[in-house]
Amino acid sequence: MPAISLEDRLPKTHRIAKIVRETEHVKTFTFNLSLGARPGQFIMVWLPGKDEVPMSVAMDDGKQLKITFFDVGDLTQELFRLTEGDLVGIRGPFGTQYAWNKGQHLILVAGGYGAAPMYFVANEAVKDNCTIDFVVGARGKEHLLYLKEIEGLKNTTLHVATDDGSVGHKGYNTEVLEMLLEGEKRLATSDKRLEENKVLAANRLPLTAVFACGPEMMMKRISDICAERRVDCSMSLERYMKCGYGVCGNCVVDPLGIRLCMDGPVVKNEIVQKIAEFGKYHRDDLGKKHYFRS
Amino acid sequence: MNLSQTVLGIEFKNPLVLASGIWGITASSWKEVARGGAGAVTTKSLWPHEHKGNPNPTIVSTEHWMLNAVGVPDAGPAKSREEIGEYMKWNPAEGPELSRRVPLIANIIGLSAEEFAAIAREIAPLKPDAFEVNLSTPTFLKLRGKLFAEDEKEVADILGAVKKEIGGIPMFVKLTPNVANIGEIAAAAVRAGADGITAINTLGPGMAIDLKSRMPILAAHKGGLSGPALKPIAVRCIAEIYEATEGKVPIIGTGGVFTAEDAIELMLAGASLVGIGTALADHGASLFGEIAKGMETWCTSEGVRDVSALTGAMHRELIKRGMKGTSMKHS
Repeated sequence: MPAISLEDRLPKTHRIAKIVRETEHVKTFTFNLSLGARPGQFIMVWLPGKDEVPMSVAMDDGKQLKITFFDVGDLTQELFRLTEGDLVGIRGPFGTQYAWNKGQHLILVAGGYGAAPMYFVANEAVKDNCTIDFVVGARGKEHLLYLKEIEGLKNTTLHVATDDGSVGHKGYNTEVLEMLLEGEKRLATSDKRLEENKVLAANRLPLTAVFACGPEMMMKRISDICAERRVDCSMSLERYMKCGYGVCGNCVVDPLGIRLCMDGPVVKNEIVQKIAEFGKYHRDDLGKKHYFRS
Repeated sequence: MNLSQTVLGIEFKNPLVLASGIWGITASSWKEVARGGAGAVTTKSLWPHEHKGNPNPTIVSTEHWMLNAVGVPDAGPAKSREEIGEYMKWNPAEGPELSRRVPLIANIIGLSAEEFAAIAREIAPLKPDAFEVNLSTPTFLKLRGKLFAEDEKEVADILGAVKKEIGGIPMFVKLTPNVANIGEIAAAAVRAGADGITAINTLGPGMAIDLKSRMPILAAHKGGLSGPALKPIAVRCIAEIYEATEGKVPIIGTGGVFTAEDAIELMLAGASLVGIGTALADHGASLFGEIAKGMETWCTSEGVRDVSALTGAMHRELIKRGMKGTSMKHS
């Protein structure tokens, strides 16, 4: 009978080492600490005396930790007003992470601030000789994030989609994904990747995987596209969270009863397809349902 | 070796119960706990109206303890009826599910005897297997300055009001460790109509401070303490309640249960059923099945054929050795 112990889940405050304004509504904070976080994992970000919210880790390189956020909520607006040297509480990392195989072809689809955690994936995956198609979508040019950083990655092709057509494909990033998957058969047999494909094929590993992070209705579309085409896929799901480590039960999804802080936020599409509430409704801090506008 | 037993006419396949306040917001969550091997589930506290909780951080811990000040949030009776109704009609035998519906204990809360009666009236028609009346959350300290479970008269008034609304459904009352006379409070509750006692709720409240910001970590500043540090207090409280009620009233023992040995210890003190809560942090519902298996292994190796033989066995052992009682006044 092995003893089960609690882990240290206290937030500790750290000074903001650097603030970068990415767009009118998005900032990146850098802290001089590492939590050993992996792409896809999240942390709880606390502003003493105010509130605490979950955020995807935008980077943890072993020396520094970054978060990139929109000023959309009460707390993120407070965070937006902070300056370098101010204290922010952090605990984590929590949850599941993205996983890939060496030499795999990844299609990363990011909507809005989803570009930050997806960039973390790309940055780590290129170290494993993955080739990457990185699809970034936003309402318009002024809302696009991390383009320069993505362009600086090796073996990575950037695709941009904007709703207003101000740059890149006019329309949704999911349309770009569909085009890429159409061309996938050809891509998969290109000379450049043939060697690595052989290794993956011999081990019965998927040649291509789709990872997605962004608004729920975008991910619902991607989930369905990948399920129809039987493409390996994982995505970052988001539900209201209090504790972040499996106690409060607020992020439990219907009908599976799993907690997205523990069995997510990164969830394989086979499971996503069984989450009946996905793309339909989410619950608030009281457990009350709120339906998405489709 | 038999882990099952019938308590207050309710069949439990094992003594392990999901404690109130952990998970348990939706039918999906109760089903997952049932699939994980629990003997019963308890709902989060149900209010007769919508009730807002506290901002975050609401739950933090170290390896020794957890502090929580979630604030007992609830969407109100419409949502409670929907979720409990969904769970009560669940018949896994009809589907591919492997587990069957296990008993559901509806934990109810209010700020007056009238409010407790109102939520009991809303939920009783759904026929939960039992009620648990929450008179002891530290959130009461914030809402009304004191706990109901500190005062014998308030306990009796509320239990009397609830009892009238729930027909023959068994009624547990959840008590606080923050009193010098938990045995007397329990005896008063039984006189007022309680069929069983749940002990204990979280202790304290406690506080934790972030050093650099010099701020309390919990947004509500103070929060109830649970986890490993709570277990010795739970064991002592259960022993006193068992003694004060002469072993005649079933006790759901809760507080710091992380292993099969912890569960067995609470049963030796007097518990018939054992609640698990904080231990679920960082773990899945299968923890119930693992702990049940551990209890079975322990009982088999110790020659215990029936799990109910563990309940209150410490008291019988003391008597056998000519030593009577566990409370301070006897020692």
